[in-house]
Amino acid sequence: MSPSHHDTPLERWFHRRGWIRITIGTPYLWLIFFFLLPFIIVLAMSFATRTPTAPPFSFGGENPVLNFAHYQRLFSDDLYIRAYLTSVANAAFATFLCLLIGYPMALGLTRVSRSWRNVLLMLVILPFWTSFLLRVYAWMGLMGSNSWFNKLLTSIYNGIVPADWALRYIPMMNTNFAVILVTVYSYLPFMILPLYANLEKLDFSLNEAAMDLGSRPFRVFRDVTLPLSVPGIIAGSMLVFIPASGELIIPSLVGSSSRPMIGRVIADEFTSARSWPMASAVAIALLVLLVVPLMIYTYYDAKSYEKQREEA
Amino acid sequence: MNETAATVTAGSKGKAEAPVRQKADEPHFIRIEGVTKRFGTFTAVSDVNLEIRKGEIFSLLGGSGCGKTTLLRMLAGFEEPTKGRIYIDGQDMTDLPAYERPVNMMFQSYALFPHMTVEKNVAYGLKHEKMTAAGRQDRVREMLALVQLTEFSHRKPHQISGGQRQRVALARALARQPKLLLLDEPLAALDKKLREHTQFELMDIQDKTGTTFIVVTHDQEEAMTLSSRLAVMDKGQIRQIGTATDVYEYPNSKFVAGFIGSINLFDARVTSVGAETAKVEVPELGGEIEARAIDGLEAGQGISMAVRPEKIVLSRQKPKSGNAVAGVVRDLAYFGKDSLYRVATGTGRVISVSSVNARRVGEAERVADWEDEVWFSFDPSAAILLKE
Amino acid sequence: MRQRPVFLITMLCFGFAFFYIPILSMMVYSFNGSRLATVWGGFSVKWYVSLLSNRQILKAVMLSLQIAVTSATFATILGTMAGIAIARFKTFRGRTLFSGLITAPLVMPEVITGIASLMLFILMAEYIGWPAQRGVTTVTLAHITFSMVFVSTIVHSRLVQTDDSIEEAAMDLGSRPWQVMKDITLPVISPAIVSGWLLAFTISLDDVVITNFTTGPGTTTLPILIWSKVKLGVTPDVNALATIMVCIVGIGITIAGIILTRAEKRRDLDAQLAYQANK
Repeated sequence: MSPSHHDTPLERWFHRRGWIRITIGTPYLWLIFFFLLPFIIVLAMSFATRTPTAPPFSFGGENPVLNFAHYQRLFSDDLYIRAYLTSVANAAFATFLCLLIGYPMALGLTRVSRSWRNVLLMLVILPFWTSFLLRVYAWMGLMGSNSWFNKLLTSIYNGIVPADWALRYIPMMNTNFAVILVTVYSYLPFMILPLYANLEKLDFSLNEAAMDLGSRPFRVFRDVTLPLSVPGIIAGSMLVFIPASGELIIPSLVGSSSRPMIGRVIADEFTSARSWPMASAVAIALLVLLVVPLMIYTYYDAKSYEKQREEA
Repeated sequence: MNETAATVTAGSKGKAEAPVRQKADEPHFIRIEGVTKRFGTFTAVSDVNLEIRKGEIFSLLGGSGCGKTTLLRMLAGFEEPTKGRIYIDGQDMTDLPAYERPVNMMFQSYALFPHMTVEKNVAYGLKHEKMTAAGRQDRVREMLALVQLTEFSHRKPHQISGGQRQRVALARALARQPKLLLLDEPLAALDKKLREHTQFELMDIQDKTGTTFIVVTHDQEEAMTLSSRLAVMDKGQIRQIGTATDVYEYPNSKFVAGFIGSINLFDARVTSVGAETAKVEVPELGGEIEARAIDGLEAGQGISMAVRPEKIVLSRQKPKSGNAVAGVVRDLAYFGKDSLYRVATGTGRVISVSSVNARRVGEAERVADWEDEVWFSFDPSAAILLKE
Repeated sequence: MRQRPVFLITMLCFGFAFFYIPILSMMVYSFNGSRLATVWGGFSVKWYVSLLSNRQILKAVMLSLQIAVTSATFATILGTMAGIAIARFKTFRGRTLFSGLITAPLVMPEVITGIASLMLFILMAEYIGWPAQRGVTTVTLAHITFSMVFVSTIVHSRLVQTDDSIEEAAMDLGSRPWQVMKDITLPVISPAIVSGWLLAFTISLDDVVITNFTTGPGTTTLPILIWSKVKLGVTPDVNALATIMVCIVGIGITIAGIILTRAEKRRDLDAQLAYQANK
């Protein structure tokens, strides 16, 4: 009676183990070929030597098989060190500002009524679904020296400062300030959403208990809400910091060309200088910078999955 | 004690038994032979041997992590035993996957398919059976009627109550007319009132369908009311198999005695062995106690003596027969139908005594009050001797 | 009594102003009659008219949609498989590497993914001969790779929230694993699959950096076209294009929101039904 008697050996294999192997194997092989392999190429390339051939690199020949020159240049040429530091500083500052703006917003979202909350959440997500490029572009329109926004800020500024400090316009475009501002603008949803997800799950009766025990609202926040939202803060901060430090579009459009960020350096080495090995070495350096935040993020991510599993 | 004898003893003590459809001398319907399951270095089930008759409700009772669920999952075919064989109705099931076994399971979470109606849930298992469409429909209707859910057949699982979900799960598992139905903590998710009602409903349905049930539970009362026989499990091993009466009145170990119901347990030493009874010295009771003898007793042997709280009688005067010890009431709790006394003996040991409030009396008239000096006594047959 | 959180509400207002003032300003200036993008020169819709007659932009839109649909579909298939694999198969050889591979692309800086993919494709063309040229194929392959991990994340988190005994129950009721997948797992995770597809579609439609590296001559997607335009500064026709895109996304999100609200109301109603069924 059991259906196995009608199964061919192939069907039996498929039902017992085959479907599992196919389900695991297909995405696995895909990612190994299209993600892991390119990454290994980058790693290997960083030890190659640039040659005027096509493709423009070689291992061995007249050159050393493993060429460490590019890593030496990373430390000797201050272009790289400065790019590295600018990236970290900009990303860290932007992350901090995102947290400063995003945290009260996320907390505010948990305190409004349910119907309002859905509308407001939608409004947070909406810019996230519109083109990233256009969000950067929107600020280019605002920051330009002739824009209404710049004129407004300039007149406010001129009204406050003494007359001889007055400016015709505030130089915003092509500055580090612009990079940070636009980074905050572009990545703010990445901060708000994980924070909101975390804060929303907090039990409000904890706050009530703290108030019942005599704490004033600010103390309740400091002693109860803030410590419990640490996982959300970390998740949000990593989601902002990691992409912001490797950002290419924002510094290219609104940043200063004299102080490039590391993403731009990688792109320039690759396309303008056509030095695959140097670009790869800088890329590896960027990854080293990101290893620690990545590990923190993965750790908290894994923990939150465990929790979800327990709840289910 | 052989099983026929156990049934007779139990029956004579007035315990209602579920009808057993298979005589004891027939070959066993379900045979679990030397089954062991290891997960890495952890042994979840260790060398379990079990035989279950056709039409029984058999319970696997134990605390969490005792291996009962793993054993159930091996019967269902979700886990492969590391060692041993499983036979159902004479067929070796050990290597068959779950979908080829004549076994169905009612999951603890009910595991209803959330995207299907009640009717579709019940019908799901039938699509793999060779049946006509009309036959399938009839079976579904019959099953829904059996669990009284006909009027809810078009609802989805989240549109019905918890108790109804449980019944859908039962109907779905029974629809394929399995040779064996496995129930994983069938009543755990229900509230107390509903649980009692559902217990009897389950027994009724089992009676109507004649399916063999194996129930996994951590709740001893549930196991005792539901099942014709039960196995007490601990650390992957079966500690005792028998009827509810067997394991309650004749536990074979301190573990079983302590796991089922509450009990007063003492260290003791055998002083003399008679034909029916033996005398043991119990230091904590300050003297010698007469207890029903068990096989293989020797004078001088260290042993445990146990007595259940409800088998102890409190009195103001020293009773004339039985084992009697003096004590002082330290605490008492009134539960309505009975009261629990905590009585301290001269050696400082506190024992529990439960007494049924058979008469309606006020507080002033009760047997004993706080700090009263009382006697407690029990019959030699109530004293259980335990070697392990 | 809960106090009105005045500070939090103020921050919300400030935050939303921050979010929307640039976008609104851009939308207003798309109706600017002046050629100078930042100086107001009267109301006009001429930029919309010129946009709609711009063959180059229409071609880029079609190409972007084609790549987005293809890559989202493949990414959904692969990502769903990966999500099921990681959520349901607890032990298999190489699981640690696998779980690393499905999270790393999520956080890998796009520049690195971009140059890494480009080098792979150049070397493939050199040594295998396929894909011979960089273009639609290479862009699509790169998009599939980095958007499939978003799908797998969504599917994974949906699966860990569903009771895995429903799959065992189906198997117990006689379904072979493949039928269980078809009858139970896929229908139950279908909302996650749909949102995974939408996310993959949007990511592909929006991508600049990776496309910029992996594309070849003649293959200009919409973001690449915009990118080359905005590098030269603010122009009124890009304002118009941006306005159209924001409106399309806005309508999409509103529809999604209405559907979600309806679903929530239905859940409330179901809970009520379940409660009444008790009696």
